Amino acid sequence: MTAEVHKHYLSGGWSLHSWLLTTDHKRICWLYLVSITGFFFLGGIAALLIRLELMTPPGDFLTAEGYNETFSLHGIVMVWFFLIPSIPATLGNFLMPMMVGARDLAFPRLNLLSWYIYTLGGIFTIVMVIGGGVDTGWTFYTPYSSLFSSSAVIAAVAGVFIVGFSSILTGINFIVTTHTMRAPGMHWLRLPLFVWANYATSLILVLATPVLSVTLLLIAAERLLGIGIFDPSLGGDPLLFQHLFWFYSHPAVYIMILPAMGVVSELITCFSKNRIFGYKGMVLAIMAISLFGFVVWGHHMFTSGQSLYAGILFSFFSFLVAVPSAVKTLNWTATLYRGRITFTAPMIYGLSFLGLFAIGGLTGIFLAALALDVHLHDTYFITAHFHYIMVGGAVTAYLGGLHFWWPKMTGRLYSELWSKIAALALFIGFNLTFFPQFLLGYSGMPRRYHEYPEAFQLLHVMSSLGSVVLAIGYLLPLVYFTWSLFRGAPAGANPWQAEGLEWRTASPPPKHNFVSIPRVTEGPYAYR
Amino acid sequence: MPIVKPAPAEQFDDMGQQRRAVLMGMWVFLVTELLLFGGGFAMFAMYRVQHPQVFAEAAGHLSLPLATANTVLLLTSGLTMALAEQAVEAGSRRLTLVFYLATMALGLGFLGVKGYEWYQEWQAQLMPLPGLVFAWPGNESQQAELFFNLYFILTGLHALHMVIGLGLLGVMVVLVQRWRDPHRLTRQTQVSGLYWAFVDVIWLFLFTTLYLLGP
Ligand SMILES: [Cu+2]
Repeated sequence: MTAEVHKHYLSGGWSLHSWLLTTDHKRICWLYLVSITGFFFLGGIAALLIRLELMTPPGDFLTAEGYNETFSLHGIVMVWFFLIPSIPATLGNFLMPMMVGARDLAFPRLNLLSWYIYTLGGIFTIVMVIGGGVDTGWTFYTPYSSLFSSSAVIAAVAGVFIVGFSSILTGINFIVTTHTMRAPGMHWLRLPLFVWANYATSLILVLATPVLSVTLLLIAAERLLGIGIFDPSLGGDPLLFQHLFWFYSHPAVYIMILPAMGVVSELITCFSKNRIFGYKGMVLAIMAISLFGFVVWGHHMFTSGQSLYAGILFSFFSFLVAVPSAVKTLNWTATLYRGRITFTAPMIYGLSFLGLFAIGGLTGIFLAALALDVHLHDTYFITAHFHYIMVGGAVTAYLGGLHFWWPKMTGRLYSELWSKIAALALFIGFNLTFFPQFLLGYSGMPRRYHEYPEAFQLLHVMSSLGSVVLAIGYLLPLVYFTWSLFRGAPAGANPWQAEGLEWRTASPPPKHNFVSIPRVTEGPYAYR
Repeated sequence: MPIVKPAPAEQFDDMGQQRRAVLMGMWVFLVTELLLFGGGFAMFAMYRVQHPQVFAEAAGHLSLPLATANTVLLLTSGLTMALAEQAVEAGSRRLTLVFYLATMALGLGFLGVKGYEWYQEWQAQLMPLPGLVFAWPGNESQQAELFFNLYFILTGLHALHMVIGLGLLGVMVVLVQRWRDPHRLTRQTQVSGLYWAFVDVIWLFLFTTLYLLGP
């Protein structure tokens, strides 16, 4: 028995060497967790500075330029270095091989390489963004980023370009692992939805990231070599940049939300002890979302002067994406029906996701409507909408997943009470921060301004106070997770009585995940 | 010396699984490469539609004979590469080496011709780099500059891939030098063969869009 305990994946030692040169996907998950948490809190500090400035109508805390730099830092860090890698690189890394019943990913060394590319590229970009005063926003729109910027745009763009390779490597690794490394008996339709979601995400990563790469390459060439690609005076077209950029960046939204949907499917089934309602429908919905995601990018440009007919088509397809998203939401709700529901911390996160994602998704339908978008474009309505999806959706699910699989990753439990308090603080703080922004945007408050008329102050103050509650919701887990790492009670192999291959092995799992490769005889979520 | 059976890496069950995984990984990687160029081609197509006349005229200033020669060189290198794969299958070390070296020579020849072509364009003042004079003999000089910007970026990106491919071939030559059992090389041979074929295909696209769609 003691011999068994000493054989888990963390028992290989704590030397720097054993971490920095590891090829074990479970250890690489931890490397990612450390980097990602660092980036997340950096982006969070920028967010708090933004909210602090917006407490009062005049621009008194930050200058206009300082404000532009702060929200650029916030967007660049949160989108490129937190949201895009968040769930796939951490939980996905840990769970993909375990859920398909494999010893590791197909290419463990590439996996480690992708962490190095990500972390070094991320740090480089952030140093350049802060040191070089990049103020283009996270989108690097031309000509802000080409003709009219005096800041270190090339370096920042180069950093994002480099980090793109880590996405591509992760994507390739997940796709190949899902195709070739499944345990005996693990048919495609027996894969947990978390695997399906990460598989679909990987397809997007692999298909969309290269287009972003070539676009960023051209901006860098435009600035570095002084040649015109998107420069209208040469007959170039700045709108073309937007097309190429959103061809990646709309699907990038699904890179963020699909893995979150995967996590939530696991949470809802486990804590209602029910099979997922409509498994095949869920799989189809995942694949449909990733497919439709490629044909809606023009909805970011309804007011940029693209042709009306293109606008109508893009609007139509954007409405269409709502169908599979609604299928998923309804299926989760149906899964709860007559379930034996327990309100553990992961479940509170999961249920929060359902509510917040529903609001984010429904307001997305407002924005997909051509005429309404003219009114709402570039207002706080947009800001609120995508924060409901990316923060209310993706970050909540990320935390829920972390709470769910923490006992598996560490072999230890955390404080039940404090984790519930943190989950509730997140839900309340989030709504307090972002719901007022819908009202602000609807009444005409534009994005990206550091000052505003006095009439908007009450809602802005509510939003700023909410962000403090939200920050507490994010900081608490840091405290009790650290505590749990050293003092937490032993979790045992399956503290939640959950189904799934990852729960059939010890916590923490042995180096090659399973003592012997499991044989799969039934579909996922075989509850009761 | 007893022949040791090659063992798969520890995450795989057997060599077959490892080979399937590696080949599939390479295919997916090539899809990403294809989309990288795809973004560039899409951009070129957009601008060509917007400025059809001057783009056609500018394409006429490229050297079709040199590009044709390069197409021949590269297609031939594709043949020698395929033959190298066959030679590995057949277990002939000497032939494998010959074919790999021939492929490298043809690839270097391609880069040489390409370099000469760029040199000619530089001489003709068609290289729109800072510090250089861009002298366009016709109307719409700025749109012509746009064409040449894209031309240099796309062919440059392709040349970069050629250099990587040559590096890969160098690795293969070293591997063949110290080969003991040809079956240990099939996986690497197939992967480098796929990459080379991809570089070939991209050139065919470049050749047709940049040179053949001229006036
Ligand atoms: Cu979008």
